[in-house]
Amino acid sequence: MTNVETDKKTDEAPRANQLASQIMNSSTMMTVLAVVISLVVGAVLIAITDSKVQETAGYFFARPTDMLGAIWDAVSGAYIALFNGAIYNTNRDSFLAGIKSITDTLHHATPLIAGGLGVALAFRAGLFNIGGRGQMLVAAGAAGWVGFSFHLPIWVHLPLAVIAGIGAGAIWGGLVGYIKARTGAHEVILTIMLNYVAFYLLSWMLRTPGLLQAPDTVNPESAPILPTAILPPIFGSRYNLHAGFLIVILATIFVWWLLNRSSLGFKFRAVGENPNAARTAGINVKSMYVWSMLIAGGLMGIAGVSQVLGTITSGFSSGIDAGIGFDAITVALLGRSTPWGTFAAGILFGAFKAGGYAMQAGEGIPIDIVLVVQSVIVLFIAAPPLVRSIFFIPKPGSRDKKRTTPNVSKEVTSK
Amino acid sequence: MSTTTPAADIPVSESLEVAKVRSWKAPIAFAIVTIAALVLFVFLSRDGDTTFKLSNDSDAIVLPPLVMNAAVTGIVITIALAIITAISVWRTINYAATWLWLISLFAVLFLIGFFAWAAAGGTVPLPGFLLGTVALSAPLIFGALGGVISERSGVVNIAIEGQLLAGAFSSAVVASVTQNPYLGLVAAMIAGMLVSFILAAFSIKYFVDQIIVGVVVNVLVLGLTSFLYSQVLTENTPLLNSPPRFERISIPFLSEIPLIGPVFFRQTIIIYVMYIAIALVYWGMFHTKWGLRVRSVGEHPQAADTVGIRVNTTRFWNVSLAGAIAGFGGAYFTLGSVGGFTKDMTAGMGFIALAAVIFGQWNPIKATLAALLFGFATNLQNLLGALGSPVESEFLLMLPYIVTILAVAGFVGQSRPPAASGSPYVKS
Repeated sequence: MTNVETDKKTDEAPRANQLASQIMNSSTMMTVLAVVISLVVGAVLIAITDSKVQETAGYFFARPTDMLGAIWDAVSGAYIALFNGAIYNTNRDSFLAGIKSITDTLHHATPLIAGGLGVALAFRAGLFNIGGRGQMLVAAGAAGWVGFSFHLPIWVHLPLAVIAGIGAGAIWGGLVGYIKARTGAHEVILTIMLNYVAFYLLSWMLRTPGLLQAPDTVNPESAPILPTAILPPIFGSRYNLHAGFLIVILATIFVWWLLNRSSLGFKFRAVGENPNAARTAGINVKSMYVWSMLIAGGLMGIAGVSQVLGTITSGFSSGIDAGIGFDAITVALLGRSTPWGTFAAGILFGAFKAGGYAMQAGEGIPIDIVLVVQSVIVLFIAAPPLVRSIFFIPKPGSRDKKRTTPNVSKEVTSK
Repeated sequence: MSTTTPAADIPVSESLEVAKVRSWKAPIAFAIVTIAALVLFVFLSRDGDTTFKLSNDSDAIVLPPLVMNAAVTGIVITIALAIITAISVWRTINYAATWLWLISLFAVLFLIGFFAWAAAGGTVPLPGFLLGTVALSAPLIFGALGGVISERSGVVNIAIEGQLLAGAFSSAVVASVTQNPYLGLVAAMIAGMLVSFILAAFSIKYFVDQIIVGVVVNVLVLGLTSFLYSQVLTENTPLLNSPPRFERISIPFLSEIPLIGPVFFRQTIIIYVMYIAIALVYWGMFHTKWGLRVRSVGEHPQAADTVGIRVNTTRFWNVSLAGAIAGFGGAYFTLGSVGGFTKDMTAGMGFIALAAVIFGQWNPIKATLAALLFGFATNLQNLLGALGSPVESEFLLMLPYIVTILAVAGFVGQSRPPAASGSPYVKS
């Protein structure tokens, strides 16, 4: 997670082959190679499950070109659909219609980045926040409640709803930090348990008239969000991208500032690197746990807000989190827990999501394959030696020896 | 509930100085529950009789149903709970721990009172209820046993969910294709092991953070099984996704014992294996050379290495064993209960199993009991839903999670993980 720093030190080397070695061993290159591996894995899965390929495989030795052609058709069709859905749709006649794909990507990336930041910040303080689901749900509940119950002008209503969501997420996250600080309970268990508590709490509120349930329905669903609390679309109603993306950019800048420029962030990182040393240096470790989980919960809250006030505004159910709380973990891992890394990872995963839906609609390939691709990327990024051995990249020289030492993140090994 | 081990969470020096320790955890917990009972059973008492069915009509020995008046039972139970609380307070004042049997009695009495109150005017089919509890707990117990073995050997096993799901998927496919559920069980174990291999390879060989690998492996298995399910299994459900289910095997005579007979002696092979596995893991973990080695590499790998135990090999094979056990539990989803595989059919059960491991303090028996508690609460919610109970079902569903939070927050006694759990061993 801290490989980035070692790269900066090594780029002083003048010789060309050292430079090549550094390029091949840099974390960016590792990311690119991991993405390549994952796309190959995805291609294999698409190919072997394609019915045309299975058919032609029956007479592979008689006419191998048939099967190879079928594989090419299946895989290229899938990845072209992915590209069309995620970046630029070449099938549309106008440029403005074509770029809808990239705005879809950003739209899907919005909650992923916010959630990823929530996981990443906690990681930097040595905590593992699997509680994204619960934090998103309570945030969605609070923001949604403000969003559909009050009749206020937009410049009061929208900020109020957003703040209510962030606040609720922060409280739910901060609760974990508080219990951990007070009793030493493991945050992994606390967050998992609070996910369920939040889910059942929201389910109950959504089916109880007078709390969150819409007045004229029997379904466990809330009333639609009032127009004054909906995050407005950035580029007009033609595109799905809403102002939540701007909030997420601000949040990324905030987290960057917090971690790299503020004293609180410095303390977070100190606690994350080594809590015992931090305690010796006079940092109140317990209060850092509370603060980091509070802010992490607030960031997760942005993800919940973006879902409820931006994506699904016609009334929400208890599935509003859409699994983003867990996706956010992979986003943060891919982004190596840095703010801008998480931002980039969120956009990449947003692209996979947008493209995955296009692939499902156009080529009939289930979107679940995106999960496989994403998890393979993260697995390989976490194990650079494995990537090196697959691509026959020689081990980095003695200067770079740090890379071969265990890639253990401090947050788990330390107590 | 409270397993008071007063001296456990006190530093050695202190416990030497103060030999007598008062632990107020049990009396306080008792008092809270008694007050809850007083409010629910007495102040909010409900009219009508509650019928406890002790046996099914088809049983060889039919016990007459037990009929209790809800209000009277509530008062009697509340008084009994208050007496137990008083005994506990008295014991604590005299620096003595509350007896374990008293705690059990307290829990049983409270449950009887609760059933009588919640099901007033209705019938509680106890044999069916016990069966349902075991059925809902079975995958959790397998998962928890896998978690205990893996974590005792020093590898945090967040991948239980993935192991269960992989087991469910492969057992469904193999059992359907071969029409042989036993081969399905073998396939489930192999699939669980394969998932463990990923966990073990990345965390032991490449030193990737174990929690990260676990989380990612879960996503990978979820993605793979969902993709294959939508893309392949749904295309040809009769061939690929209609596994035969295991029949219940009745053990003669023993299965006719009222109440406990059906639970223990009229089950599918998976449940029988589960009972054996619990006993084996417990015995193996604490009474064999294997268990000693597993625990030593999890507690102090360096010391284990010094005496010649190969730490990483031991860990690798035990994580694989854990995967096989959890995968076996995954087979229960398809071959034991539902039939066909569906997307994400484990629905977070692996995480609950993980919670059971921690709640059960990394002890196979206690983890099993914790898993039973989760199964019990889910089943209770089903039952009360059918009876039209006065408690909102969501709050009942929440209960095990809140109890777990209280447990890990130290109310039920400190749970301390194996010392080296989570950290890779680098031989230097």
